[in-house]
Amino acid sequence: MDALYSLADGFAVALTWQNLGLALLGCFLGTMIGALPGLGPSNGVAILIPLVFSIGLPATPALILLTSVYYGAMYGGRISSILLNIPGDEPAMMTTLDGFPMAQKGQAGEALAISGIASFVGAFVATWGLVFLAPQLVKVALLFGPAEYFALFALAFATLGGLSSKNQAKAAVAAAIGIAIAMIGVDGQTGVPRFTFNTVHFYDGVDFLVAIVGLFAVSEVLVFIEHRGTGQGSDGATVVKLGRITPPVAMLKHTTGAMGRGTVLGFIAGVLPGAGASLGSFIAYAVEKKVSNKNDTFGRGDPRGVAAPEAGNNAAAGGALVPMLALGVPGSGTTAVLLAMLLALDITPGPLLFTKNPDVVWGLIAALFIGNVMLLAMNIPMVGLFMRLLAIPSKYLMPSVAMISFVGIYGISGSIFDLMVMIGFGVLGWVLRKLDVPLVPVILGLLLGAQMEKNLRRAMTISDGELSALVSSPLAIGLWSMAIIGFILPMILGRFVRASALKKEQTQHSEGAS
Amino acid sequence: MSDRIFGSVCLGLAAFMVWGASIIEESFIQDPLGPKAFPVLIALVLALCGIAMWLKPDQAPQWPGTRKLLELLWAVAVLVIYAQALPVVGFVFATAIAASFLSWQLGATIQQASVAGVLISFSIYAIFHLVLGLSLARGPLGF
Repeated sequence: MDALYSLADGFAVALTWQNLGLALLGCFLGTMIGALPGLGPSNGVAILIPLVFSIGLPATPALILLTSVYYGAMYGGRISSILLNIPGDEPAMMTTLDGFPMAQKGQAGEALAISGIASFVGAFVATWGLVFLAPQLVKVALLFGPAEYFALFALAFATLGGLSSKNQAKAAVAAAIGIAIAMIGVDGQTGVPRFTFNTVHFYDGVDFLVAIVGLFAVSEVLVFIEHRGTGQGSDGATVVKLGRITPPVAMLKHTTGAMGRGTVLGFIAGVLPGAGASLGSFIAYAVEKKVSNKNDTFGRGDPRGVAAPEAGNNAAAGGALVPMLALGVPGSGTTAVLLAMLLALDITPGPLLFTKNPDVVWGLIAALFIGNVMLLAMNIPMVGLFMRLLAIPSKYLMPSVAMISFVGIYGISGSIFDLMVMIGFGVLGWVLRKLDVPLVPVILGLLLGAQMEKNLRRAMTISDGELSALVSSPLAIGLWSMAIIGFILPMILGRFVRASALKKEQTQHSEGAS
Repeated sequence: MSDRIFGSVCLGLAAFMVWGASIIEESFIQDPLGPKAFPVLIALVLALCGIAMWLKPDQAPQWPGTRKLLELLWAVAVLVIYAQALPVVGFVFATAIAASFLSWQLGATIQQASVAGVLISFSIYAIFHLVLGLSLARGPLGF
């Protein structure tokens, strides 16, 4: 089949010594970054993008390096989730529910191994899905006109807010802020400057890398300073005992069903634009609990409670690459950072990517496979090493993170103005986090705002001002309905979830009292 | 309460955006929507959400006390001074001082912090400049 031939070509590209070396380095760096609490995959990749860009690696090796970091960071995030009960990123939250209890029972090694294997299975299957699904989606992508793309972006924004925040208004505010910032600069269609207030520095707009590094990394430093001494952060962890490193085969067999279900659900969740890895892990855990929680072992250290969300979120991460590569619309926060990376390397994802730069795409996919295998091989023996890394106190770690962020941004432009903008974003990020406003829609707004507007205006130009052109094709109508459902559903579900949680509390109270 | 304040800030920002959009020059190349329409649309969304937050505020977060706030302001000030000082004193010195200060703020003793700062500065210089060839700010002494 066509896809398999292209994949073989991709392997030929990826299997050079340099690329393999980069993949290994990326996996190692990524796992370290992901394992350290406070840094997560998004932060790690965000900090590294400007560095890789300034070093001047050509597109394919740079992409291989950064994707290995991304995957490695996802693996690494499990380490801090299981051992410290601190999720490295949103998708890792579900792993803490059963992973930490397992560690407390002395089964930390098994938990880590199972999460490693489940992650591998999820990512492996998802990458195969990517191989076969992406070219198909590309064919469908040609049906997307400007009106459909506008609806697609709206869908991405609507669904992204749904999961990452309990308050839809806040998610919408975040997206609006991101889009507003994206409009600073010279307007693409008419050439007039907008919101620049006669500052030359703003004519080119705000660089998304500056915003990402500021919002994620610098705000993290501020959060750490804030929480220092109040016992809310981790200052140099209490290390939990490891136990066995390889799980008993019986435990593995026990978790196979969970892994399978998690993978399928995660992949589907990941493919939806806007949804992403956190939804994948959440759905996988919730369904697994419904299906297999016969003796109420979930939440107390059931290995299936680790296998399901792990498989789910890695499958979702792979699935999120499908709309990102084929349509150019990120499926999650971390894919948004990946999109930023591709844009920084001058590669525009979308239907043309597969025809114009096939070696980049298939080389990337081949690198994903290789990275997966490498991570599985590395994770189990290196767990001991990573655990020692967790003991680096944050008082040395956070200043390093801050300084490296500055190095990265200065390396691209050499502009002090950009550094000040980055600090500004850091403060903004801290304030937004305080107010429980999600940061990911801001980044998405920044990345996609210009595209969204361009497509809207194109649609209007083609239809000569007729607003109905936006909902004329069945595809557009379908996308808009999904967007509306995706936006409203969490509000309804949220009310249900909160009501049932309240009821549970009340029954527990009455049981406790009697 | 915080949400209400944030809601009003959003409303203010929306108004600011509408004003900013109104001063955009018209160009002779014009599409039916124009450069002003989308900003106004986003401002509308922002205003609606601001009103929504005003009507249904979440629980107020725990804002840090005055002392912590001052610490945070100090940290931001250090970062700003660091950014301005980079081309003046060069990377190594500026980073050593800034990293030591941040480290001290995060709880290290003064000796630990200064050692850490110098180490961090040197390692970053070594890895990124000497090994990887990134251009770091040059000071009067050439580094």
